Amino acid sequence: MSVELLNFIETVINGLMSGIMYSLVALGFVLIFKASGVFNFAQGVFALFAALTLVGFQTGQVPFSHLINELFGTNFHNWYPSLHSFFAIILTIITMIVLAWLIEKLVLKHLVNQEPIILFMATIGLAFVLEGVGDLMWGSDVKVLDVGIPSGGSEWLEKTTIGWASEGSEYYGMYIDVLNVWATIIAVILVTALALFSQYTKTGRALRAVADDHQAALSVGISLRSIWVLVWAISGFIAMVAGIMWGTESGVQFSLSLIALKALPVLILGGFTSIPGAIIGGLLIGLGEKLAEIYIGGLLDIGAIENWFAYFMALVFLLFRPQGLFGDKIIERV
Amino acid sequence: MGLKKMMVGFLGSVIAIGGFLEVATADLKFPMLVYRTGAYAPNGIPNADGFVDYYKMINARDGGIGGEKIVFPECETGYKTQVGVECYEKHKENAMVFQPMSTGITYQLIPKASADGVTVYSTGYGRTSAKNGKVFKWIFNAPATYWDGASIAVRHILKQNMGNIKGKKIALVYHNSAYGKEPIRTLQVLAKKHGYKLMLLPVDHPGQEQKATWLKIRKQRPNYVLMWGWGVMNQVAIKQASSIKFPMENFIGIWWSGSENDVMPAGAGAHGYKALTFNAPGDDYQVHKDIKKYVHDKGQASGDGSHFGTVLYNRGLFQAMVQVEAARVAQKIHGTSKITPAMYRDGMENVDLNAKRMEELGFKDFAPPFKNTCENHGGSGLAAVQQWDAKAKKWNMITEYMYGDAAVVNKLIAEDSTKYAKEQKIAMRCN
Repeated sequence: MSVELLNFIETVINGLMSGIMYSLVALGFVLIFKASGVFNFAQGVFALFAALTLVGFQTGQVPFSHLINELFGTNFHNWYPSLHSFFAIILTIITMIVLAWLIEKLVLKHLVNQEPIILFMATIGLAFVLEGVGDLMWGSDVKVLDVGIPSGGSEWLEKTTIGWASEGSEYYGMYIDVLNVWATIIAVILVTALALFSQYTKTGRALRAVADDHQAALSVGISLRSIWVLVWAISGFIAMVAGIMWGTESGVQFSLSLIALKALPVLILGGFTSIPGAIIGGLLIGLGEKLAEIYIGGLLDIGAIENWFAYFMALVFLLFRPQGLFGDKIIERV
Repeated sequence: MGLKKMMVGFLGSVIAIGGFLEVATADLKFPMLVYRTGAYAPNGIPNADGFVDYYKMINARDGGIGGEKIVFPECETGYKTQVGVECYEKHKENAMVFQPMSTGITYQLIPKASADGVTVYSTGYGRTSAKNGKVFKWIFNAPATYWDGASIAVRHILKQNMGNIKGKKIALVYHNSAYGKEPIRTLQVLAKKHGYKLMLLPVDHPGQEQKATWLKIRKQRPNYVLMWGWGVMNQVAIKQASSIKFPMENFIGIWWSGSENDVMPAGAGAHGYKALTFNAPGDDYQVHKDIKKYVHDKGQASGDGSHFGTVLYNRGLFQAMVQVEAARVAQKIHGTSKITPAMYRDGMENVDLNAKRMEELGFKDFAPPFKNTCENHGGSGLAAVQQWDAKAKKWNMITEYMYGDAAVVNKLIAEDSTKYAKEQKIAMRCN
């Protein structure tokens, strides 16, 4: 095979794998939007908060230690030297469930039947509050996150593919980050589990009923509040998974919340209400932006186009299919 | 009186008293533009802590500067240019010096501060041609500029290749902002001079996703990669470089891409990564002992004290030390401890931090000596190369402090600053 073709295949695979990382963030948005019609602006901060909490539990960091030490003149930083990742993940899941319950209790409960824009504004406020609380609780340092997921280039693939190029050509083998392979496996498991849950369980069907019509669901005895707590908790869990993946790649730090911006074009493409749409949208965005950066950027001798190219793709889709690839068609009855 | 009125009255009193206290104690005002929140906080916090601890130590140990206490109100910029300008406007009254901690903010403040008569000190960042004091009266960027940095990195590569890098490929991975673009011109001129091929690879803010950039590097195999990054961009770049197995000893960052925060997330993969520096790492200098004694041991450390001795904390100490020294020099020149912003500028222009003076200040062998003059606001232009040891988790200096390519850099500075002077109709000084 020619080196150019092999490089193209490598770009395609890496683009698709990057797309999966975006899909992990987009999934959280879709779940909440499906169940409550709320576009949760705080989803990126959820991922950050979950990752911070996970590292905090792993390292035994005392929450709010900086504040406590400042107020009481103590020098109290750690409960214990370290905790196994499994237990730290369990504790983080519990924290995210408590957080979901608090959000329902303190924010959503008071906004039932309000306009979607009001709920959206509430999530903007929530994002800033949560970011501030996360900073106070765990500090702003860059934290190393290691839950045992391998990362780095796959040597096996590199060695296997090095001989695929035509004889005499300069080729170093194909590159794929093992972390992205794991992200793909995890995303497949998550989507399958979510699909099974919403199709085949009573709670899942209740969740879909709430998504269709709040008041109708209430009238048949579905507890809106418990559904909202459940959905925000699941979304918190997905945020934790996304936080683990992104945090393993770059360390846990406050710029992690900006990954939400990567999910927006994915949602526009895939639709705000479709779980498979979030995955397909992510794949298309990842693929499109990597091909654009390497091939269009290379052709025009410009760089850093991948960020805006993702939004360009989303814009083109909006013009032709405003509901996204898999979103519900918007029908306004007169 | 209703509760609401009482609250308003109480708040009004607090604000009035606060304002009075600020005026009453504002002997020497050194406003701090910081970013303790947001995407760049992991870099901003240790640097700001270095400043605060140094000012606290000077106030506690020496009773201030010449008997005048230092006040250092913080203003959070979040590394956002517009917010930085607002912070400047808020605190410029009677301010001795502004340290913007952002090239973007510095560019915005250059015309404003020059018109207002306020000193701006952009330590090793900002507009490189501000080194020319004949044009930029109020702006200082000692001890080294980005163009010094670019040429020092190339000089280091030249040394490794017996002085011949003709036909080699050097890539610049840079933050797609005013800061990241600053070395491009110098590297292009040096490419013509030395015959290397320059690849330019911009990375958009914040730099969380760089896969395409590093796939390009993997395909095109540059011999060396230089990096002008900040914040998460540094961590991701170093991790990606390690992931594609780029030889880390051929990966060199500017001095803002060489802190502990930048290399730790990559773990063992970061071993061998290099970065330029104009200050030493470590916490066994006299200044650290003094800070420990007068600040930390009294429970007054900025933050939790965990950044003590790190690269960016030490840089904060160095920056604060230069600013304090400028005030001392100004007091000496004008024979008064109560200096004005204009007097302070004179002090900054006459700072002479030779080896003896550095030792007196507790900074022996901490940084190369430098001297500002009317013509030269950019100091010596010296920087060294440090290398990360992932096993020992520490930076080691692997070269002496060295000069860049003065012939190239000075010519570019003269061209750029003269052009600026013509555009802004600035009369040359120092004649």
